[in-house]
Amino acid sequence: MSADVTRGVPAAAGQGVSTSGQDDWKPLRQYTRARIGLARSGNTLKTPDVLEFQAAHAQARDAVHTPLDVACIEQALADEPFLHVNSRAPDRSTYLRRPDLGRRLSEESLAALPKGAWDVVFVAADGLSSTATQQGAVPLFEAMRARLADWQIAPLVVATQARVALGDEIAQTMGAGMVVVMIGERPGLSVADSMGVYLTYAPYVGCPDSSRNCLSNIHPHGLSVQVAADKLAWLMREARHLKLTGVGLKDAAPEGGAIGSVDRLS
Amino acid sequence: MAYRHTLGGETYSFETLKDLLAAASPVRSGDQLAGLCATSDAQRVAARYALADLPLRTFLETALVPYEEDDVTRLIVDTHDKPAFARLAHMTVGQFRDWLLSHEADAATLSAVAPGITPEMAAAVSKIMRNQDLMSVARKIRVVTKFRNTIGLEGCLTSRLQPNHPTDDLKGIAASTLDGLLCGIGDAVIGINPATDSVANGLALLDMLDHARQQYDIPTQTCVLTHVTNTIEIMNRGGAVDLVFQSIAGTQKANEGFGVTLAILQEAYDAALSLKRGTVGQNVMYFETGQGAALSADAHHGVDQQTVEARAYAVARAYKPLLVNTVVGFIGPEYLYDGKQIIRAGLEDHFCAKLLGVPMGCDACYTNHAEADQDDMDTLMVLLGAAGITFLIGVPGADDVMLNYQSLAFHDILTLRSLLGLKPAPEFAAWLERMGLYDGASERMRALAPGQTRLASLAGAA
Repeated sequence: MSADVTRGVPAAAGQGVSTSGQDDWKPLRQYTRARIGLARSGNTLKTPDVLEFQAAHAQARDAVHTPLDVACIEQALADEPFLHVNSRAPDRSTYLRRPDLGRRLSEESLAALPKGAWDVVFVAADGLSSTATQQGAVPLFEAMRARLADWQIAPLVVATQARVALGDEIAQTMGAGMVVVMIGERPGLSVADSMGVYLTYAPYVGCPDSSRNCLSNIHPHGLSVQVAADKLAWLMREARHLKLTGVGLKDAAPEGGAIGSVDRLS
Repeated sequence: MAYRHTLGGETYSFETLKDLLAAASPVRSGDQLAGLCATSDAQRVAARYALADLPLRTFLETALVPYEEDDVTRLIVDTHDKPAFARLAHMTVGQFRDWLLSHEADAATLSAVAPGITPEMAAAVSKIMRNQDLMSVARKIRVVTKFRNTIGLEGCLTSRLQPNHPTDDLKGIAASTLDGLLCGIGDAVIGINPATDSVANGLALLDMLDHARQQYDIPTQTCVLTHVTNTIEIMNRGGAVDLVFQSIAGTQKANEGFGVTLAILQEAYDAALSLKRGTVGQNVMYFETGQGAALSADAHHGVDQQTVEARAYAVARAYKPLLVNTVVGFIGPEYLYDGKQIIRAGLEDHFCAKLLGVPMGCDACYTNHAEADQDDMDTLMVLLGAAGITFLIGVPGADDVMLNYQSLAFHDILTLRSLLGLKPAPEFAAWLERMGLYDGASERMRALAPGQTRLASLAGAA
């Protein structure tokens, strides 16, 4: 059942089931995850579909509101050093209302970050789905270290109540040449655990989003960690070579489909 | 000049007209984010008192965004119809509210004064109106538009069928389209938000939709909601463009953030008109708007988000659109935090647009990080339905698997039509009956499996 909920694949009962007991929409469901062919009771949805929808919504909301389990990430990292920072948003409610606070480090965190001659710093940020970060950030970090053996990589920074741009201040403070922010994407009903990765060369506080490159849809049923790591390693080497990220790097990429995002109105 | 009001022994002062409007706005997270929100409930009500006493002509004398800097302001000022305004010229904002609600202000009268009303006047009066006021006035106004069917008639509720797919898979989109048509959805438009925003992809999607429409002789229009410059290129290449789509906002800078200017919109409008694809009318534009769009582009000029949103409707009405909709809960909780704010904003947007003569629909929707759920959408759709909304958006099971947010299910729109006794656009309703999908005797959509209908081959089912 839980797998069905995660994928938004309709359960057997209630959905487009005709009097013969067959799912008339089955041949078409292979083409889309959309909730097509939901049967009607009168004009409206049947009980199993109403509850299935609520279960998916609950899972998405939990992904937004469950705090990132920093101790669990520490365990996954074994004995490796890592840093934990927080944005200026003290809690989730403030975080959701004030994206500006999520882009800046708290004073305490700012003072605690070390300086170093690092090529790159990786940030595991909760964003809008702690579930995604919990699941994907450490595996991707480890996969990148395996691919970037000759790079000076800063200790992993775990960031809570964090937006993408928080990575700019982290990298600027630490003196890192580029930043990779691994962050939980806004959950949908069919995927609540999708992680996005944003790469920014020579980041600084206030640098525009157009200077970043993005890989999205990293989750068990989407882009795999290993494929994402290959794409990210290519982007990082090119960024170091071209001394830039953003549109200039996107245009140079071998496959445009890897990079970018959809935004409807803003 | 400062605006003042004394309430409970305390005198509240508002330095500019922008400050007064912002303080009078119902509380919402976007104005808090912008630092424009009233600092107390008492200050908010004091602002409403001061606003109610303000002459309407103040808005003709005081530009919120400078005329010299902003082409939306210039559009509003230069196209203002003074004779139409004459009837309202002596009124304060408070008197305007009372007049709008009076029986004297009937459909014909409201339609006649619309060109004399500026977005700022509409926004101002909305701030001293309760939800039921916003509904009552909007309900009286009919904005009728036409392309292959007639939208906005008394007793009708039309719908956009939104068959989005995360990879624009043609079969997947066709399957969702079939599902919507079997529920009687799609008379406003069958409109896809493409996952990939390119000319080649837009051409392929439009070709598929247009073939389906022609094969079954569906009296509706289709649209791929790609950037206007892509649509211009698609038209240049002979693509099947019924409607030109674009997201718009209420300032020049915000529109620049969307990569559009008024000149580009005019070019696209002229090009679409020249195709003459409409059969019963030639309203060829489709716009989306939403509170928070200008602020998110840092292009709000210190104007509260509801007022700047209303200015987008001045842009829309300049191009005689077939359809406009607010994407009210889509932009996120930093602009509209919860169900209460989303519902209020949906009613405001609908009211302001209708008052200005714009055919307003709504994507009654929310994201998973907003404090809202499907119960809030039920409330919003019923209120909008009662207020005479032009169209609502439906997606399979209310779950948009491409944009990752929740709107209304096709079933919800069926329910609403039944609850309020509303029908699809007449040409589309006749088609549904002709195709055997609607039973005229029981006045119900039949519950049919794909294989039981003549539409089955649309999605390759049989």
